[in-house]
Amino acid sequence: MAPLRVVGDRDRGVVIPTVITVPTIANEVELRRVLRSGRGVDAVGVESRVAKLGTRSLKTATKRAAIDLSIAMVDLTTLEGADTPGRVSSLCAKARRPDPSDLSVPAVAAVCVYPDLVAHARRELGDAPVSVASVATAFPAGRASLEVKLLDVAEAVAAGAHEIDMVIDRGAFLAGRWGQVFDEIVAVKAACAPAHLKVILETGELVTYDNVKRASWIAMLAGADFIKTSTGKVAVNATLPVALVMLEAARDFAEETGQLVGVKVAGGVRTTKDALKYLVVVNETAGAAWLTPTYFRFGASSLLNDLLMQRRKQRTGAYARPDEFSGD
Amino acid sequence: MSERLDVLKTYKLVLNGAFARSESGRSYEVTAADGSFLANAAQASRKDVRDAVVAARAAQITWWRATAYNRGQVMYRWAEMAEGRRSELVAHVKWAEGLTTRAAQRSVARAIDRIVWYAGWTDKASQVLGGANPVAGPYFNFSVPVPSGIVGVVAPQESSLEGFVEAVAAPLCVGNAVVALASERRPTPALVLAEVTVTSDFPGGVLNVLSGRTGELAAHLATHEDVDGLDVSGGGEWSDELALRGAGSIKRVYRPRAHDADTPLRRLRTFVETTTVWHTMGQ
Repeated sequence: MAPLRVVGDRDRGVVIPTVITVPTIANEVELRRVLRSGRGVDAVGVESRVAKLGTRSLKTATKRAAIDLSIAMVDLTTLEGADTPGRVSSLCAKARRPDPSDLSVPAVAAVCVYPDLVAHARRELGDAPVSVASVATAFPAGRASLEVKLLDVAEAVAAGAHEIDMVIDRGAFLAGRWGQVFDEIVAVKAACAPAHLKVILETGELVTYDNVKRASWIAMLAGADFIKTSTGKVAVNATLPVALVMLEAARDFAEETGQLVGVKVAGGVRTTKDALKYLVVVNETAGAAWLTPTYFRFGASSLLNDLLMQRRKQRTGAYARPDEFSGD
Repeated sequence: MSERLDVLKTYKLVLNGAFARSESGRSYEVTAADGSFLANAAQASRKDVRDAVVAARAAQITWWRATAYNRGQVMYRWAEMAEGRRSELVAHVKWAEGLTTRAAQRSVARAIDRIVWYAGWTDKASQVLGGANPVAGPYFNFSVPVPSGIVGVVAPQESSLEGFVEAVAAPLCVGNAVVALASERRPTPALVLAEVTVTSDFPGGVLNVLSGRTGELAAHLATHEDVDGLDVSGGGEWSDELALRGAGSIKRVYRPRAHDADTPLRRLRTFVETTTVWHTMGQ
């Protein structure tokens, strides 16, 4: 994979301390103090900033590198009631070799399934360099008791999940019980070790950018390895402005604590054009350190085929036929 | 009273059942046959070709799913609506081709009649191009023509309306969706006729018409792997090259012949595939 040519972080003034010092939050009063210390989000500014960044165009070698990077960042997802082992098998085959006719295509980062299909996905992937992510904690609504949520997590981890995608309790968050949200994430984090924890904020239900920023901070302070936009199950999924707000939060958190937290956008990213816009926003907001599958992911299914089609277009010069790539 | 300002129309692309400016934002000047300024028209880019193919693919499924009888009605509706804009079409054909008013009127009448003629073909093509085959066994054996899918049309450069109608109506009537490049120097009659399709009950995207530089766009249409057929009538000196590029993705290619009385039927035949179905006779 050719490296993306990006401007160094120093040029944007992002300085990440080398010593990691994440503050320990003893109680809800302290949590509120930390959350109130930040400034509010300038909604108009955020939207005009992404509109401007969205007009950037990547060409030729940079575009090819960005497409390959996007493929490597995909969490290939199937979260349907109708999921079968067969469907997960074909998803896994696609994850390890997205385009069987072209061996230079990188594998995707992970497959994302429901907990009951984790063991099957692990068997299918074998020793391929593809992680298995599982949603848990009563996904997608998160409306269950903490005991049930922790059991859900424990089962997914026991089945071999490398990454756990949990949902926050939006009801508690919107009612102002931030401490409860925080405590739940801490409990899930403890239960999911050694798996990585992604915290789904479900930004489509959080109403304001201020809330998105607040929820991001709660998740990061509670020990999230990733913050993720959405479940993909509500009307509004990932949007560029929301991703910008979350990336700014991740950047600020890293500058303050030295701890890098990843960002995952999920739902609604369907075209290569969209994916490249996100990469531009990542690079311009958080910096090149986040331009790796370790710190940025796309939760998607149909996006992968569009990336493969655009990749072939770059290589052959001819627009490809959608039928040439397996459906999901 | 002050002099009224001119309200000049910029001709837009007909893309996915709507009127679109080119994605590239470009436009170019279209001149009448005598060299005077006629209008500005959108100058499509290769990305417009790509978008048109995506729209056509979605629309083709709806178009082919409709009954042949219904497709005939829709195409007849197209002719009816075109008849309503006859004077506008006559004016454009007259300007574009430098004809007398009478000659332009005759040309438009022939073009509209041709649409009606193809409307009739929608539920007759399967009888003429398909049939029941005699086989040695207790089976029915049918050959059924099904549409190729998406047909890319490089419309004739000289005959701005009649040539256009021949090239697009034939693939449409057998159930294909069409992405057509209008005549580069004379695009307005084709664009006016395509505007009519938006109000003629066609599913959006069944007929997409792009104006612009044929030399720039035709190659992308020819190499696009999701285009199943190619009519290179307006390709001129590039016709061979376009046909060759189309071969990369095994397209059906229609090329005009100098003396060919069979042209309309040959077009229909070019853009269908024959499916053969076996069925037991039962006792």
